[in-house]
Amino acid sequence: MNQQNNQRRRWLSVLSLLSVGVWLNPMLAFAKKPEAMEAITRIAGSQTPKEGRVKLVLPPLVENGNLVVLKVSVESPMTSQDYVKAIHVIAEGNPLPNIFSAFLTPRSGTANITTRVRLGESQRVWAIAQMSDGSFWQGYADTLVTLSACTESI
Amino acid sequence: MSKTSRTSITMPAQAKKDSIIEIRAIAQHDMETGYRYTDAGKLIPRDIIRFFTCQYNGAEIFRAEFHPGTGANPLIIFTTIATESGTLQFEWRGDDGYEAFNQSQITIT
Repeated sequence: MNQQNNQRRRWLSVLSLLSVGVWLNPMLAFAKKPEAMEAITRIAGSQTPKEGRVKLVLPPLVENGNLVVLKVSVESPMTSQDYVKAIHVIAEGNPLPNIFSAFLTPRSGTANITTRVRLGESQRVWAIAQMSDGSFWQGYADTLVTLSACTESI
Repeated sequence: MSKTSRTSITMPAQAKKDSIIEIRAIAQHDMETGYRYTDAGKLIPRDIIRFFTCQYNGAEIFRAEFHPGTGANPLIIFTTIATESGTLQFEWRGDDGYEAFNQSQITIT
């Protein structure tokens, strides 16, 4: 009886350690679909984009995935020393993860971009910002799509 | 064979010097994704606008690349600093030789 209890205790501690491990491992905690990961790697190279500074706004519930208003803003002073070079938007659940890339200059004044995108399914959409100092930052938004953009035929 | 379509620019005609202005650029285009099939089961080839650029008195201030994930009639809203009076030129280029041009004047007060 006592031994059984001990074993149970050991098991529980292993389990809790595992869950802590998942929490600490960024690759698992921010699990992305492989295609989206690949697209992000193509943008950021060997660097892993840091969390923060990028705000992505999507409606939480989308009725029609064909036209979804997407807003990205990046916190940046936008001076010639420190500005946002590029913003890339990556959708995890689209047949092609890349949605669009915008290239800014210090003359942009702000790093706010609004456009309309297609979403194939309920998914998480990422925005990756490349700063002039070479660092990468990321933000995401989750959305629920009731009508996919990719199903209709003509 | 080059194609073109209607485009539209919305931006202030006048602005204070060094103020930030918002520019809305839209082009009429189906943005065929290349992932859709006809009822007969034939894949419809991709036909999208690929590139958009904006030049302020000849200097490039903004550029965008579109992929099939961008919606039909691509609208893009961005900002710039109104530095001097002059012309902003907009250019769209895409598959199958698509190109469209537009321009807009701005006066700095």
